Amino acid sequence: MIGLTVLIPIALLLGTMGLVAFFWAVRAGQFDDPDGAALRILNDED
Amino acid sequence: MASVLAQTSPEPATIHSLFAVPGMHCAGCIAKVERGLADVPGIVSARVNYSAKRVAIEHDRALSPPDLRNAIAGIGFAAEPLADPMVDDGNAESGTLLKALAVAGFASMNVMLLSVSIWSGADGATRALFHWLSALIALPTVAYAGQPFFRSAFAALRVGRTNMDVPISIGVLLATGMSLYETITGGRHAWFDGAVMLLTFLLAGRWLDGAMRGKARDGVAALLRQTAPGAYVLEAGQRSWVATPNLAPGMMMQVAAGERFAADGEIRDGRSSIDLSFLTGESQPQAVSIGDMVHAGALNVDGPLTVIVRACGPDTVIADIARMMDAAAQGKSRYVRIADRAARIYAPAVHLLAALSFAGWMLGGAGIHQSLLIATAVLLITCPCALGLAVPAAQVVACGALMRQGILVKDGSALERLAEADRVIFDKTGTLTLGRPEPTNLASLTLEDKPIVLALARASRHPLSIALAGALQSQGIVEAIVSDMVEVPGVGMRGKCDDHPVALERPSGTTAWTGLATEFSTGSNRVLLTFADALRPDAVATTAQLRAMGLEPIIASGDRPQALHDIALATDMLATGRMTPQAKLAMIERLKAQGHRVLMVGDGLNDGPALAAGHVSLAPSSASDVSQLAADAVFLGDSLAPVAIAVRAARRTLAVMRQNFALAIGYNVLAVPLAIAGMVTPLLAALAMSGSSIIVVANALRLRSAAK
Repeated sequence: MIGLTVLIPIALLLGTMGLVAFFWAVRAGQFDDPDGAALRILNDED
Repeated sequence: MASVLAQTSPEPATIHSLFAVPGMHCAGCIAKVERGLADVPGIVSARVNYSAKRVAIEHDRALSPPDLRNAIAGIGFAAEPLADPMVDDGNAESGTLLKALAVAGFASMNVMLLSVSIWSGADGATRALFHWLSALIALPTVAYAGQPFFRSAFAALRVGRTNMDVPISIGVLLATGMSLYETITGGRHAWFDGAVMLLTFLLAGRWLDGAMRGKARDGVAALLRQTAPGAYVLEAGQRSWVATPNLAPGMMMQVAAGERFAADGEIRDGRSSIDLSFLTGESQPQAVSIGDMVHAGALNVDGPLTVIVRACGPDTVIADIARMMDAAAQGKSRYVRIADRAARIYAPAVHLLAALSFAGWMLGGAGIHQSLLIATAVLLITCPCALGLAVPAAQVVACGALMRQGILVKDGSALERLAEADRVIFDKTGTLTLGRPEPTNLASLTLEDKPIVLALARASRHPLSIALAGALQSQGIVEAIVSDMVEVPGVGMRGKCDDHPVALERPSGTTAWTGLATEFSTGSNRVLLTFADALRPDAVATTAQLRAMGLEPIIASGDRPQALHDIALATDMLATGRMTPQAKLAMIERLKAQGHRVLMVGDGLNDGPALAAGHVSLAPSSASDVSQLAADAVFLGDSLAPVAIAVRAARRTLAVMRQNFALAIGYNVLAVPLAIAGMVTPLLAALAMSGSSIIVVANALRLRSAAK
């Protein structure tokens, strides 16, 4: 039981962090231009 | 300028403009556009969206759209201004659904983890703890991710109707409520996992549907050109930029070469040619001079023109046609999609079933608590999880397959309507034919002459020269070296090859020719090259295939009946000539009244109303903008074969959708008796729900080869 009370909050916290990261990515426009992002990496000076 | 504005209004000194730049192909293009624009004075920054082939420019208010367009042209890319970047409803909706899907997905994974432990035998305090944890995750999730369904269900109920979202909402809310009660009273079963998983699957279907439509819409928008955002107006010797909504009759517009007219008007000064392809789909420019009328949206090709505005805004010819199309499209918007038709029968049946099982168990003396539990199980099991996925999954896969073949379907319901069509009406010019001249007797040129002709043709921008050069290049001819080339206006090209005079000229009087032709001469040797508006490749085969599929093809053209004769014979179709847009509309209405469902294939503006009125419609990508907007799908390339491919793919999609419905109903027939008998545990519900969803998605994936 002790293990559960430690592990479950940790699991939930990690999951929530992933969710928050995804929300940030959507809001920051990471999914607006997927094809362009793949090409931009080829530009040297950016 | 910027500082003056900053003093007079609180608005920022810079504004954002959006331009479509379809010519970007590589990483180098992105860098070139962004850096090139950043160097232009007045431009703060430019950001390319490569997926949508757009560039967003933040710039000084002083820069007008033509200035920006010229700046992009200076870098070497053709660009067209796009409407207000803020108006993008589709993307916003898709974003909301994606966030809801992420929350539901996160919650269902966590709740499922807890539920699996309970099913594996967790008991007593552990079970209570896990139920409470599940409730903690599930309640906010249902409140957030369930909103799209609750809103839609509420909107339907308010007008006294029911749709697929009503049983979904009732099922989810009842399951959540019952589970909460169970958790508080320390009961054995909680259904949080079922409720949240249901939301996840349904949101996935909804999001797929929206994403597919958005992608096709972007594709079509990239092809579209817009009417001018405004014009330079001359007033008391002053030249100022006036936006389209502020133009008024009587104003003098100055339109430079390469700009579009912002209003209908009459030419007062200048001589030029205008490109009416947005209206007619025909790309050959028309010569105009003082006194001629020009229409909003037309492109000024050659020289600067001064135009007095006669009609603007809602009074222009183009606005008139738009109204006619809106009226014609009313019928199409009344079309009820298959999933909604199924829901009309399905939703009441499900509610009746749940109510009956509740009443049955009450009468059997089971008590209100157990009866409610069983009714909840029935609702959860019958929730149209597979139905909600069955249709969008099939459409997304089929539309993706069609897109790879160069057919952009704008709307999921277009596939359903396309599968139902049983008559097809073709326009002639630009639809059955290519709508541009093609050389008909290249074989009469010798192998030595062809490279010389190619060299002469490539040096000219005349439409016949362009057609000739294109045809010769596709034969693999390499151009010869021709020196001293001159273009004599109105006559043709002249030059020297190995010290022989060579020429590609308008046919001289002795060889009178009624159609389109040009004459190639080396010394005294003359060859007459004739041109015709050629039939699209595969036109004959495609119409034969359509007939074999049960779609009787007809030609409806605005052209002279004599011009239709050859094509009608070649494709073995019934043809009617001299048809006005109204006559085409009437023809479709007549066929509709006879109970037929018409597929309209057309390209010109005169087809616009017919495209909007048809049960379903297709347009080639060479069509006028209006027609591309009105059509349900746009196909790229010269071939007519996509018409048959699209119909075949649509029919396969409909077949797969029906199979998916059958699978979903079959699963219900098996599971519902168990639920009514009170034998469905949360474990069984979770297994049944995910199992049926996987099966319908797998079945839909078979459509990947639908567009072959």
